[in-house]
Amino acid sequence: MEHSHHRHVSALMIAVFTSMLGASAIAAEGPTFAYAALDTDIAEQGGETVLTWNGQGWIGGDFHKLWVKTEGERAAGDLEEAELQALYSRMIAPFWDFQAGIRYDFEPEGRAYATAGFMGLAPYWFEVDAAAFLSEDGDVSAHLDVDYELLFTQRLIGSPYAEVELFAQDVPELEVGSGLATLNSGFQLRYEITRKFAPYVDINYERAFGASADMRRAAGEDVETTTVRFGVRLVY
Amino acid sequence: MSIARRAGAVFAGLLSVLILGTSAQADEYNLIIDEVIMTVDGETRTGIGINGSIPGPTLRFREGETVTINVTNNLDEDSSLHWHGILLPNDQDGVPGLTFDGIAPGETFTYSYTLQQHGTYWYHSHSSHQEQRGVFGALIVDPAELDAVAYDREHVIILSDWLHEDPATALRNLKSRADYYNFDRRTVGDFFRDVFGARSASERQAALQDRLDWGAMRMDPTDINDVSGYTFLMNGQEPDVNWSALFEPGERVRLRFINAAAMTYFDLRIPGLTMTVVNADGNNVVPVPVDEFRIAVAETYDVIVEPEDHHAYTIFAEARSREGYARGTLTPQLGMEASIPPMSPREVLTMAAMGGAHAGMDMSSMNGDQNMPGMDHAAMGHGDMGQMAEPEAEPMADMDHAAMGHDMPATLDPHASHDMGATTSDEVMSGRITRLTYDDLEALEPYVGVPAPDRTITLRLTGVMERYIWTINDERYDPDDTEPIRMRLGERVRLEFINETMMDHPMHLHGMWMDLQNGHGETNPRKHTISIPPGQTLYADVTVDAAGEWAFHCHLMLHMASGMFQRVVVSEAVES
Repeated sequence: MEHSHHRHVSALMIAVFTSMLGASAIAAEGPTFAYAALDTDIAEQGGETVLTWNGQGWIGGDFHKLWVKTEGERAAGDLEEAELQALYSRMIAPFWDFQAGIRYDFEPEGRAYATAGFMGLAPYWFEVDAAAFLSEDGDVSAHLDVDYELLFTQRLIGSPYAEVELFAQDVPELEVGSGLATLNSGFQLRYEITRKFAPYVDINYERAFGASADMRRAAGEDVETTTVRFGVRLVY
Repeated sequence: MSIARRAGAVFAGLLSVLILGTSAQADEYNLIIDEVIMTVDGETRTGIGINGSIPGPTLRFREGETVTINVTNNLDEDSSLHWHGILLPNDQDGVPGLTFDGIAPGETFTYSYTLQQHGTYWYHSHSSHQEQRGVFGALIVDPAELDAVAYDREHVIILSDWLHEDPATALRNLKSRADYYNFDRRTVGDFFRDVFGARSASERQAALQDRLDWGAMRMDPTDINDVSGYTFLMNGQEPDVNWSALFEPGERVRLRFINAAAMTYFDLRIPGLTMTVVNADGNNVVPVPVDEFRIAVAETYDVIVEPEDHHAYTIFAEARSREGYARGTLTPQLGMEASIPPMSPREVLTMAAMGGAHAGMDMSSMNGDQNMPGMDHAAMGHGDMGQMAEPEAEPMADMDHAAMGHDMPATLDPHASHDMGATTSDEVMSGRITRLTYDDLEALEPYVGVPAPDRTITLRLTGVMERYIWTINDERYDPDDTEPIRMRLGERVRLEFINETMMDHPMHLHGMWMDLQNGHGETNPRKHTISIPPGQTLYADVTVDAAGEWAFHCHLMLHMASGMFQRVVVSEAVES
């Protein structure tokens, strides 16, 4: 892990720099607001306790924001995946933001990416987050995340979601091959006790495709997993 | 709501008001803005009041009087008072950053102006979120001569909405999630009921199409009030407290209603009594008897009621969101009360009511409305009627108002299309209830010789609800960057309000009257606040007679705070 410390430090420096750029644009805009939400849950998978989190937040005005996104997974006491993004986000259309910045993966191994993408609300209320990534090793990948909300009642809300990851080349260190690599989909059912506190249950289905699936098989890992997660959404 | 003064607060101020309150026509007034501790819904809260109370004291002036008002700011932040609807020199208007620097903490600013008008008005802070926290009061100007409205007794009734949350927090919540306060959204169950419970294939098709249309626009028809959680107050009192006003049977009682709410329109009725509307926004109108009227934020309406019997009547002001109501009692004897009527159904905005509200959006799935945004609604109907030779032009009845984007009753009653709500209450449609509409408003005395407008200024009321950004002509107000609306002293300007959003916007022009073009020609009513319904276009003419920089904005406080604000710069006429 020591070899990655240097990378961690440089990633943080880039993040700070990006933030400063964002902050200067935001400062010029006027009223500043902030928002943060974190989903964190726990599941049992193959006898192990798996903890996952997914959070995002922003600070800024109507037109310019600094976005932060993070997600990760901890299994049997070890951090398996941890990702952090710091993005400058700019409103480019009534329902869309353009976002660009850096992503840094702390696990499974320290790796920095440049990223650019779009985030917003498509017609018929589909929440979309689409981004492309260029890693420090020159690998190109993309992800597309689509969420929807179904109101069973005003507070009981079902949210089907699907996220796919695509790679332009094989990246054996990450056990992914070119093409459609993974699908992470599911259905989250949450109950908004308040807008800021909502316990949920999430049925999650994750699988790898093509070369990525082959690599997992070769490593003796599951190609697909289904988990039931219990968690809570906290909103600031 | 009970109010206790904060420790060390302003005894002298309260005392002076008690004294001034009895000396009706004194010409020097002292007002102190300070925090007040109050109880709402059993909770202790800190509001901001004037001379220790919410609402502040009722100021009673006489037309022609020159008043001096010393306003002391005891808050930790800048403050101000604006005299809503009063014609006065620009530097007395009380808009920080525009007409003066504001009143710094601990400072006193002395306002002085001469009343050139009479009627029911109000005053409020124009700084940060202070008005929402209680800095408002009534301002009544008695006519210099005999009042054209005869009455034996009068009461001032100020409606307001109190939010337990800090308004700044509410704004932040809306910025993070526009439906934060909406707990009336349509559910999966509603969808199945509408689609599978449909009585015919066409009804099913319509229900599906409706969902698709709203989905395509990414708008929510159930968003009526943006914010929920309000407690509605009548003269600062909760419904349970039952603010009461006296009458003697047989008297003509004048009720002066003022909507000082931050965000709430009220539907007002007094079951058992017909209300005769005699004054709107301070100006006398031809009396209109109604059972009910809607009062937009910042408007005023005076009504006459003539209770004959020795019994109590409930003054019932339902919030348009139907989240609750403000309530008081008109009674011959304190302690009596009448039953509280059930609230009428909550309205849901119909796609038809949205009309041209989707300019610039992807409306490929809309039927028949695609061309609406560019169309001049008013030229087809109401707005320009003031310019027609015969204001009551017949062709209107034959026009297909529904296809023009007016609300449903319009197909039955051409005048209902200016109904200030989109409600399709059965009672109104069947004629059992009469509700005031803008078309009913007609000035009592004609404004003789008012010239035709020299030019038209188009103001598209716009915004992005999903982000809670509100704009005029797609521009969020920025004091440094926004090019103001420029007018020349002496000209007459027509304002064309095109509401492209799904919210009503009560637009308020400071310093000058707006003559609402509602088809009455010389008796078009004169207003300081005009509410433009979703998807509709209204016209108002302004005689530009006051130099300076005037505020011009949506009076929904959170819309104003989110950018729906403009400056009108009136300069001396340029020699050509």
